[in-house]
Amino acid sequence: MAAEAAAGSAEAFRALLGRHYDLMYRVAFRTLGQQADAEDLVQEICTALPKKLASFKANAKFESWLCRVVINAGRDLMRKRGAHTRAANGWGDVEIMQRAAASEKKENLSWLSRAMQRLSPDLRETVALVLGEEMTHAQAGKALGLSEGSVSWRMSEVKKELRLMAQAEEMLE
Amino acid sequence: MSKDMDKLAALLHEEVPPPRAEAKMAALEAGMAAFEKNAENLQGSAEPARPIHNRSQNGRGLLEGFRSMFEKLSPRGLMLGSASFATIALAIFVTQNVDLTGPAPFVIDTNEPIQSDFRSNDSDQIATPRPAPEAVQVELAETTAATLARPEARGGDVGQIGKTLADDANLSAGNEAEAGYIPSIASAAPASDEEFSVAQGTTQLPAASMERDLAPAAEMADAVLAPSPAPVMTGGIRREAASINSLVGRINDGASINQRINRDRFTGETVSPVKVAKDEPVSTFSIDVDTASYSVMRRSLLNGYLPAPESVRSEELINYFDYNYTSPQTGAQPFAPQATLMPTPWNANTRLLHIGIQGYEIPLADRPPVNLVFLIDTSGSMGASDKLPLLIQSFRLLLGTLNDNDSVAIVTYAGAAGMALKPTPASDSYTILQSLTRLSAGGSTAGQAGLEQAYALAESMREDGETSRVILATDGDFNVGMSSTEAMQAYIEEKRESGVYLSILGFGQGNYNDALMQTLAQHGNGTAAYIDTLAEAQKVLVDQIGGALFTIAQDVKIQVEFNPAAVAEYRLIGYETRALAREDFNNDAVDAGDIGAGTQVTALYEITPVGSPAISVDPLRYSVAAPLPESNGELAFLKLRYKLPGESTSNLITTPVQETPAQGPSDDVLFSTAVAGFAQLLRGDIRLGDWDFDDVLRLAQQGKGDDPFGYRAEFIRLVRLAKTAQ
Repeated sequence: MAAEAAAGSAEAFRALLGRHYDLMYRVAFRTLGQQADAEDLVQEICTALPKKLASFKANAKFESWLCRVVINAGRDLMRKRGAHTRAANGWGDVEIMQRAAASEKKENLSWLSRAMQRLSPDLRETVALVLGEEMTHAQAGKALGLSEGSVSWRMSEVKKELRLMAQAEEMLE
Repeated sequence: MSKDMDKLAALLHEEVPPPRAEAKMAALEAGMAAFEKNAENLQGSAEPARPIHNRSQNGRGLLEGFRSMFEKLSPRGLMLGSASFATIALAIFVTQNVDLTGPAPFVIDTNEPIQSDFRSNDSDQIATPRPAPEAVQVELAETTAATLARPEARGGDVGQIGKTLADDANLSAGNEAEAGYIPSIASAAPASDEEFSVAQGTTQLPAASMERDLAPAAEMADAVLAPSPAPVMTGGIRREAASINSLVGRINDGASINQRINRDRFTGETVSPVKVAKDEPVSTFSIDVDTASYSVMRRSLLNGYLPAPESVRSEELINYFDYNYTSPQTGAQPFAPQATLMPTPWNANTRLLHIGIQGYEIPLADRPPVNLVFLIDTSGSMGASDKLPLLIQSFRLLLGTLNDNDSVAIVTYAGAAGMALKPTPASDSYTILQSLTRLSAGGSTAGQAGLEQAYALAESMREDGETSRVILATDGDFNVGMSSTEAMQAYIEEKRESGVYLSILGFGQGNYNDALMQTLAQHGNGTAAYIDTLAEAQKVLVDQIGGALFTIAQDVKIQVEFNPAAVAEYRLIGYETRALAREDFNNDAVDAGDIGAGTQVTALYEITPVGSPAISVDPLRYSVAAPLPESNGELAFLKLRYKLPGESTSNLITTPVQETPAQGPSDDVLFSTAVAGFAQLLRGDIRLGDWDFDDVLRLAQQGKGDDPFGYRAEFIRLVRLAKTAQ
C-alpha cells in the first residue's frame, strides 16, 4: 500500500494515513508527553509524508520506518524549542495533564511523568517503542537505526534509572 | 523485567489519551492536500486546484473560518500569534528565494543580510521592531534544520492570514505595529494560483489547533519581543560556547548534551579543612598526576555550564599544565623538589607555600620497550561520535609515538570479551590500524571479562625487564559480571604486583563513572585521563606519552612538617582524595601515586603565619599552651618518599623550607596559583573572600609565560567562559 501511495494513488495514501494515524500519535505522545504537541506533530508529519514516501524502501517494514519518521520529527521539534520552553524536554508540563485527570489517576500520572522526565530523549524513544508498542529489541533497533544490542543496553539503562528513582523517592519518604 | 518496568509499561498504555477525532481528521486532510500537491509536482501537470465547494460543504467559508479563529484568540494570543506569523513568513520568504535558484536542498547562509532582502521588496513598510532580525535568523536556522513543514504550504498559508488580518478592522491599536508589518509580508508571499489550493488544506483546522501549530514560533517571538533580553542572551552565550568548542577540534551538539540527564559520578570529597600547626604539625598525602578533572571541567564550561563542584579536583587542574621546574640530572634520584614562598593572592595576611616536583625525563633513545594492551569498551553506549570514533583517532595518534620494539594488542568487550588483535609489533601499523577501524559499538558491558582477558594477554607479552600496560578506554562503568569496585580493585592490585599496570582513558559524557576510573587507575599504577577532544588526546598520548607509559618513581608520598613557631595554621589545596595518615608515610606497604617520566607535580599550602590577623582558630582557654620554641628561620620541613620502579623499599629526600623566600615567584608558580584559585572558586570555596574570576584572569595572564602549545591560553579562555556560565 505504501508503494501504491508512493506511486501516486490518493486512495492508497488516504487509507495509509487512516490506518497508521493512531500508531504515529501514540509514539508521538509517548516521546513528547503532551496531547496537543503529539497531535500537531503528527499533522505535520502527515503533510510531509507524501514527499518522504519516496525514501521508503519497499523491503523495510512500513511501521518501523514510520516510527523512525515520528521519532526524528519529535527530536527536531524538541531541538527547535531548545532553550525557549520549560517543557523543552518533553513530559515537562504535567500540570496540564493533571488538571484534566480525575483525582485517583493523579498519582499514576505524576509517577509516569517523573519517570519519563528522568529518562533522556534517547531512552524515552526506546521505551515508547519497546514498552509502548511492544516491539522486540530487534524491531525497535530497526526503527531507531541502532543495533539490537544497543537497544538492550538502553533498556538496561532505563531499568537502572527507574531503580535510582525508586531509591531516591524512598529516601524522601 | 523488574517491577518498575512493568509499572512503566502499564502506565504508558493506560495514560495515553485517545486521539481526538477532529485532530485526526485535520491531520488526514492536511496530509491529503499535501499529497495532491506533491502528485502535481511529480507529474508536472497543471491540474486545477480542488474546488472550494468541496471544503465549504460544512457551511464554513474560508473567511469565516479565520474569523472564528480570531474570535477564540485572546488579545495576548493574537499579539503573539501575529508576531509569529511575521517571523514565519519572513523565514519562508527567504527559503523560497533559495528554492527558485535551484532544486538543491536548502543551504542557507544565515549570515546573509536577511533584513535587506526584506526591505528591497517593501521599502515603505519597514516598521520592523529592532529585535526582528534576530528573530528572523533564529527562525531561519530552524527552517533549515526541520525538514517537516513544507515551506510553500506554510508560506501561502501565512500570506492568506496576513490578508485576512489586514482586512480585519477590529484590530486593537496596541497591535498596530504588527498589523502594519503583516500586509507587507502578505504581498511578499507568492501570489500564485497554488496559494489557493494550499490554503484549502489548512482552512478546516480548528482554531485552537492553528494556534498551537504556531506556538514554537510564538515563543521565539515572545523571547525577542519581551522587554528583558535575557533568554536571547543565554542562547547567544551557548552558541558562543559551541563555536569555541568546535575550534578545539570537535563538533559538539551542545544542546543535546545540556538537556540530557547527567549520570556522571564523581568522588566529591569534602574540601580539606584548616589545620592548627600546633596540634597537627604534619600533613601527609600521596601525589596525584591525573588530569581527568580538568577535561571534565573544560567540557562543561564549553557547553556554557559551570562544572559540578564535586567534579573539580584542584590538584588535577593544577597538574594539567607543564611547568619548568628544575630538572634532575640523572635517573638515580628521579626528581628534585622545589619550594617557593609567596604572598597569597586572595589573602594579604597569609602566604602560599608552593611545592613543585619535576620528574626525570628519560631520553627517548634509552626507553625500554613497552607492551600495550588496548582494552576497548565497544558496548552500545560507545557509538556516539565523541566516544568510539574519537577513541580510534586517539589510538592512531598513540601508535605514531611507539617504536619498533614495542608491541600492541587489542581486546574489546561488549556483551562478551574478545581479542580483536593478537600481539603485534608496533612497526606493523597497517595491521593495527586495520583492526582499529573495524571496531564498532553494540551490546552490553562485560567489563570484568574484558579486564581479565586483557591482563592475561599483557602478562603473556611481558618479557624480563619489560613493562606491560593495559590501557582501558571506556565511557562508563562495567555493568555485567562480577564487578563490585572492591573486587576489581583487589584484582588490579594483585596484577600490579606481577608487573602489569593499568591506565585509563575516559570518553563521553552522561554516564562517565569518574569515581570508579580514579580508583582503578590509582590501584593500577597508572593515570586516569579524560579525552574530550582530539587535542586532548594529543596532549595525553603524544606530548606526555613518556609520563603515561614510563614510571620513574612509585609510591611517591609527601610529608610536610610545619614549624609551629612560624606557622599558626595551614591548609592543603586539593589532594582530598589522596590524603594519607601520618604513619603511612614511612610504611612502604601503603600504596601511593606514581610519577611518569618528565611529569611535574605541584602542591600548594596556604599558610597563616604566627601573629597574622587571618588566624581563624582561637587559642584554647583551659589547656595550658606549651611555650613555642624559638624560631630557627625554618617554616617547614619537606619530606618525600619514593620507590624506584620495581623496588620494594623506599628512599627519602628531605629539604627545609626557609621563612624568607630566596627569590620571587616564577611564571610557573604564578600560573599554578591562578589555577588553584580558579579550582577553589569552582568548588565554591569560602576562603577566597571577594577574590573572583577577574583576579584569576589577571594572575593567569601574568604567569602565562611562553606557552608553546597554547594550553595556558585555553585556560584563560575557560576562565572567561566561567564568568558567564551558569
